[in-house]
Amino acid sequence: MSEQDTGEVRTVEIAYFDGTKRTADIVDREVPYPDGKLIVSRTDPQGIITHANQAFIDMSGYSEDELIGTNHYILRHPDMPAIAFKGLWDTIEQGTKWHGYVKNLRKDGAYYWVKATVIPNIRNGQLVGYTSVRRKPSRSKIVESEALYKTLLAEE
Amino acid sequence: MTFNLTVSPDFAPDHISGWYFFNTWLQRKLGVGIHLELYDSFDAQREDIRAEKFDLIYANPYDASMLVREMGFQAVVKPASKSDETIIAVNAESPFHTVEDLISGCRVATTDDPDVHTMGMIMLESADLDKNNTEIKQHSSYVVVAKNLLNGDADAGFFLKDAYDELSELIRSKMRVLVSSQISVVHHSLLVGPRMAEHIPAIQTALLTMHDDEKGKGVLESMDIETWEPMDSEQTEFMIDLIDTLID
Ligand SMILES: Cc1cc2nc3c(=O)[nH]c(=O)nc-3n(C[C@H](O)[C@H](O)[C@H](O)COP(=O)(O)O)c2cc1C
Repeated sequence: MSEQDTGEVRTVEIAYFDGTKRTADIVDREVPYPDGKLIVSRTDPQGIITHANQAFIDMSGYSEDELIGTNHYILRHPDMPAIAFKGLWDTIEQGTKWHGYVKNLRKDGAYYWVKATVIPNIRNGQLVGYTSVRRKPSRSKIVESEALYKTLLAEE
Repeated sequence: MTFNLTVSPDFAPDHISGWYFFNTWLQRKLGVGIHLELYDSFDAQREDIRAEKFDLIYANPYDASMLVREMGFQAVVKPASKSDETIIAVNAESPFHTVEDLISGCRVATTDDPDVHTMGMIMLESADLDKNNTEIKQHSSYVVVAKNLLNGDADAGFFLKDAYDELSELIRSKMRVLVSSQISVVHHSLLVGPRMAEHIPAIQTALLTMHDDEKGKGVLESMDIETWEPMDSEQTEFMIDLIDTLID
């Protein structure tokens, strides 16, 4: 639980890269990352979810049916600056591995922090999708990322 | 032509004879000669694997990655309901109760088991620990890792969960688990190399029905494996992609 958590609820309109929007209730409450687990998902080349493991289902608060076939931006938290995801896509589209700290939005409006790695899935030389594996981040990295993303967001 | 079989050195010593029974059983089924060679050390084994000495390898997931992507091996089966999980344990009297309690400079006892070491280091990250601010010592076996914890020569130790569970009751009672991984999709597999590729269908058929045959069932028991499950190339690639995300 982050020291600044207030439990306050705010209603925010989230606008995605593809022009779609949704209104979400954002709750200032952190759900701690479960020890020893990896949150795993896979997408097609466009970022549509094709696989989610149980830890992903548990932490995101969505059912498997709700996740499969949905754009991965369903987890986008309004506190995340767009430039962070631009960095992600620029990196993986070049065929390389991306690492970063991400604040994710749960279905219930609460959030969880992860250290994420995304890699391209290459089969017979062809890109067939991406795999993301998340692990537990350290508290100090979360504090660092909170400050950085706040600054980046203010500049958008 | 005689083929060569080797087994990842992380199985418990009680199952060594099981692998010899397995080799005898498989040679009879396939009608080919297979020589089994076992190693104590992951590094020595990996050197011989790289020198293309082997055709059949019961590999840990980390080596499976090299075998498939660099050496043209193909995974054919995996043991049912047996995933590779890692434990970080401390002395039962240790002042550390969570991973986040561990501090810079702490002494970590590990082995040359690549999966367990990688996963152990990942689980230390949440305490801001890495190879630069810990004292990592590699030991020859999990029993030696446990001894170091009991003697107070290490603050934390990495174990393959299966190996931890097979330590004696007495040793385990003097240790405490800080964290146990729950990944479930990373596991050992039996891989076949290019020289033996024509035998893949026969190997898969033999192994997938192994538990139906009286002799085969006994051999599986001695290896502490219930049954084999098929592995296709996409399952293998998925596991390798996942491991790739864990390696820097
Ligand atoms: C494999 C993979 C996993 C992703 N995981 C997440 C995630 O957990 N949370 C998130 O906000 N975005 C994730 N993204 C990025 C989203 O696709 C998207 O770029 C991001 O949510 C920002 O949305 P926007 O670009 O539409 O503004 C992932 C992308 C890929 C390819």
